[in-house]
Amino acid sequence: MLINELTKGIIKDNPLFVQLLGTCPSLATTSSLTNALGMGAAFTFVLIGSNIVISLIRKLIPDQVHIPCYIVVIASLVTVVEMIMNAYVPALYAALGVFVPLIVVNCIVLGRAEAFACKNGVVASILDAIGMGIGYTLALTIIASFRELLGSGKLLGHQILGAPFTPALIFILPAGAFITMGCVFAMVAYLRQRGAAHNG
Amino acid sequence: MDSTFGIIFSAVFISNIILAQFLGLCSFLGVSKNFKNAFGMSAAVSFVMLLATILCYGVYHGLLVPYHLEYLQTLVFILAIAALVQLVEMFMKKSMPALHKAMGVYLPLITTNCAILGIALINVTKNYSLIDSIANSIGTSLGYTMAILLFSCIRERLDEDQMPPCMRVLPIALITASFMSIALMGMSGIH
Repeated sequence: MLINELTKGIIKDNPLFVQLLGTCPSLATTSSLTNALGMGAAFTFVLIGSNIVISLIRKLIPDQVHIPCYIVVIASLVTVVEMIMNAYVPALYAALGVFVPLIVVNCIVLGRAEAFACKNGVVASILDAIGMGIGYTLALTIIASFRELLGSGKLLGHQILGAPFTPALIFILPAGAFITMGCVFAMVAYLRQRGAAHNG
Repeated sequence: MDSTFGIIFSAVFISNIILAQFLGLCSFLGVSKNFKNAFGMSAAVSFVMLLATILCYGVYHGLLVPYHLEYLQTLVFILAIAALVQLVEMFMKKSMPALHKAMGVYLPLITTNCAILGIALINVTKNYSLIDSIANSIGTSLGYTMAILLFSCIRERLDEDQMPPCMRVLPIALITASFMSIALMGMSGIH
């Protein structure tokens, strides 16, 4: 079932909440919703590109050097994304900083290459990448919404919570990133445990 | 604080690599379950980070700048680091088997540790000289070691505490890290 390849990454195998991969950018780029969406888009682009290229050349790569080959493919795509972002959205590029080039060492991209794209055809790999990309962007969006709303009372730069609400600045700072992520992970664990108890 | 000491101090406390910059989190959460593993990982990271900083500085200023290829830095740095880790592993296996036994399992993981590549890129972005880059990498590895060792001690005790089942393992660890990060925020006024 091809459609399963698309949907599994969104909830069932969500790269951040279920597989616990790619935690570094999920804390650093979620101080505002704009940053989180930008990071999600850049990440999804790299993931789709790398899954396409790797599934196309998977029979040509010698087994002993497959990891270095994957890294070269991924690093080239990241360089492309860096140049595009620097040219068209320089403000976003500056806000994300070192985390755009660091998509190279994002465990999800290498993980999908190793676990999926090197064993499956192009179409399945594209669907897998889109699903994982949406799942990761969704996870970033959830964390960023909490942080931006609590930390500044805004969403995407628009004022949502008005006068009586005092923004808790700490949610925009690094400490707030850890605490938000801890609470969101606890929520996910609670829902999963309750789901398991219902089914079992 | 532009002095070399200032760079080290700020890398350890003010912009701590894990608690303020979020680099190297995978290893921070992954191998901090007990003190021994955390110590092995931080030793391996510190060692590779210093070598990688020097190597990347050399590659950037010796190879990329003269040929105007600065835009290739990400690609070249990750290849340089991957090759370096491979060489270090081969060298250790042959001439320092005891050290290799202690550090060996962590070395392959380091290629994809974003702290190493991150520091190499930050050194270039900030235009640090060779001495400043080395100071930054030493300070960063001290900060990394401090954070991961303290964190592993706390986590060893957390295992025995009572808490709601949904908070176990990762959520409580992240909230603990948040308090460590708040503690370091007190340093941010020092200039």
